[in-house]
Amino acid sequence: MTPVPSTKKAGAVPLWRDVRALRIFGQIAVVVVVGLIVAWLVNNLTSALSQRGLGFGFGFLGRTAGFEISETPIPYTATDTYGHAFIVGLLNTLFVSFIGIILSTILGVVVGIARLSNNWLLKQVASGYVEIIRNTPLLVQLFILYFAVFLQLPAIIDSLAIGDSVFLNQRGVFLPGPQLTSTFGILLGFLVAGVVLVIVAGRVASRLEDAGKPSHRLRTLGVIGLVLLGVVGWFVAGGQAVTFDLPVIDRFNFAGGLALSPEFSSLLVGLVLYTAAFIGEVVRGGIQAIRRGQLEAARALGLSEGQTLQLVIFPQALRIIVPPLTSQYLNLAKNSSLAIAIGYPDLFKVGQTMANQTGQPVPVIILIMSTYLAISLVTSLFMNIYNRRVQVLER
Amino acid sequence: MTSETLRPPNVSVGPIAWLRANLFSGPINSLVTILIGAALGWILLQIGTWALTEARWSVVSNNLRLFLVGQYPGDQVWRIWLSMAILSVLAGVSAGVYGQAARTMAATLSAIQLMIGVLILVSPIGIVGVLAYIANAAAVWVVFALAVRITVPRRVLLYAWMASLPITFLLLSGFEGTPLPSVSTNVWGGLLLTVLLAVVGIILAFPLGVVLALGRRSELPVVRILSTGYIELIRGVPLVTILFMADIILPLFLPGEWRLDRVARAMGGITLFSAAYVAENVRGGLQAIPTGQIEAANALGLGGVQTNLFIVLPQALRAVIPANVGLFISLLKDTTLVTIIGLLDLLGIGRAVLAQSDSFGANLEIYAFIAGVFFVLSYAMSQASYRLERALGVGTR
Repeated sequence: MTPVPSTKKAGAVPLWRDVRALRIFGQIAVVVVVGLIVAWLVNNLTSALSQRGLGFGFGFLGRTAGFEISETPIPYTATDTYGHAFIVGLLNTLFVSFIGIILSTILGVVVGIARLSNNWLLKQVASGYVEIIRNTPLLVQLFILYFAVFLQLPAIIDSLAIGDSVFLNQRGVFLPGPQLTSTFGILLGFLVAGVVLVIVAGRVASRLEDAGKPSHRLRTLGVIGLVLLGVVGWFVAGGQAVTFDLPVIDRFNFAGGLALSPEFSSLLVGLVLYTAAFIGEVVRGGIQAIRRGQLEAARALGLSEGQTLQLVIFPQALRIIVPPLTSQYLNLAKNSSLAIAIGYPDLFKVGQTMANQTGQPVPVIILIMSTYLAISLVTSLFMNIYNRRVQVLER
Repeated sequence: MTSETLRPPNVSVGPIAWLRANLFSGPINSLVTILIGAALGWILLQIGTWALTEARWSVVSNNLRLFLVGQYPGDQVWRIWLSMAILSVLAGVSAGVYGQAARTMAATLSAIQLMIGVLILVSPIGIVGVLAYIANAAAVWVVFALAVRITVPRRVLLYAWMASLPITFLLLSGFEGTPLPSVSTNVWGGLLLTVLLAVVGIILAFPLGVVLALGRRSELPVVRILSTGYIELIRGVPLVTILFMADIILPLFLPGEWRLDRVARAMGGITLFSAAYVAENVRGGLQAIPTGQIEAANALGLGGVQTNLFIVLPQALRAVIPANVGLFISLLKDTTLVTIIGLLDLLGIGRAVLAQSDSFGANLEIYAFIAGVFFVLSYAMSQASYRLERALGVGTR
């Protein structure tokens, strides 16, 4: 493998002992072997497909799907094409993954910190949660949530109500749905101005600090400005920029509001609980990896607990946390494919229906796998960019 | 009668001090403790009441045979006990030969068999099954006690381990016309299938994973690109899609006369899947080998293959044992996904049992039991793996 320094003149080494030649031959041999295997597989495939009278191609994507999808973020009917159905499935996957990532990060950080709490009971509860979740299969957890929790909720008439805006029943979870009114643009304008203010304040503060001058709490002032602009914007917009549409009980079902199906709710809750346990461990590991001296130094400087956490521990822990956090996000997106077990129409479920109906499993699986690969690649790309930002802090 | 009694010194040790320091160190902390304590107590009370009064555990105990071995014929179950005995003997011998690290694994195996024996006690399976498992659990320690006294050559033990998987497999599947009638893998099920899928998955994946890991670090661009491409492709897609592919598409890629049954196809899919993860573990081990080792091997005149075979791999593989135990645990849990393609593993059996009329609605009982089995298995193994890590001294040398 390692080049052997040749002291002899070129040509003195016979070809079958020349490392450079051997390397080229070796690679050619690998290509030939792999090529032969692939050719054999493809040959088998074509004969199997012709035996069954099946073609190969993506032409079916333009044909009418003819099956209903229970949850559609974009308009879809059975008369739309297979391609359209696939997009609906993809959007469902992206939707549940995106919300899942946000919620599991929040819960995961809480769990991670709770495991380091100096309250013994809190610590034990957090580690019990982590152990139970990590040592049982996600699929079993999803079945428990779906069949033993969400489907066992009371009937519509006896819905469990939290206040008069959140209802839980057999048909799912009903939440107040935010509605943007015509004056929302005004509020948005104020908010954008506020964000710009925060960014400018941050830049100026950094520049002052780099020049060794005091930054006069410019960052805090920027945030206060944002809040003020938001409040002013809210009133300028007449206090009606966003209204909440409350779910109201109809004769047979709830009308209005934001309705989440039992399938979606179980999948989301399952993914969040599962991933949060892993994220909690990542966060705990990251915080524990900070050397004790850092903590002691922060205390010696007279920083409060909150300041220590915010200014000393987190910025350093983040560098350790981000790479494993990325793989947890990827796992969550991949695990969302378990939706098929409880009937949420995600990418994989819609794909499987397509494969069954068209009798074209090979192109469909190629489509599904490349879509998941693309999701994975894009997620890691974004996380790598973020990771680089975090790592730059190192001096 | 007056006597000067000194006030006792402030309590700084003992339960009260412990409570004060760990639960009630301040107003916020006390509030947190009370709130969590109340919530936890309420939840435990609910679960306890349900488990002790409402739950129909008979659904589980009446079907325990299905949960353990699926539809494996009742009069052939001794073959499973015999396979467990082979495993127990080998584990006992290894505990004697390899010392601490193997001993924790053997103890785990013994404990798990003991637990299965106790479980059978409350089911209609019969006392023979109980005795079989308890005998197996004891066999581990008997053999261990013997193995400490007589010296077993390590090489023999290694060959025995290598031979054990094919022997077990043949013992379980059998041949038509022999005293061991053929038992099609299609009727294997329950915990037996779950464990077999994971064991076969990791053992067959191991050589493939080592080759892929070496390939990924190769200096030959073609080899490197092919290996990296395979690893990243597999790691980028969910296991379900690979199982789906193995179930439906693999038969299309193989010649028509090769008839693989469903279990074999699932095993193939799981092997191809876990190979990529084994490869990443092994790569971690390879990267941990100091360059000095390779340079020293080169200086001694060892070639590329010899360096890898005799210097790099023995050290790297030893370092990745704990990581691979971790992989095995997650693979064990991931095998539940074969339920989705219709196999009757532990979870699949649970679904089948739920479809019976007399267990209608017993969702929570059955899923809680399955979750409990997985919890015991993976918790025991992760504790063993943790001890193994310390015994092997990974990270300390």
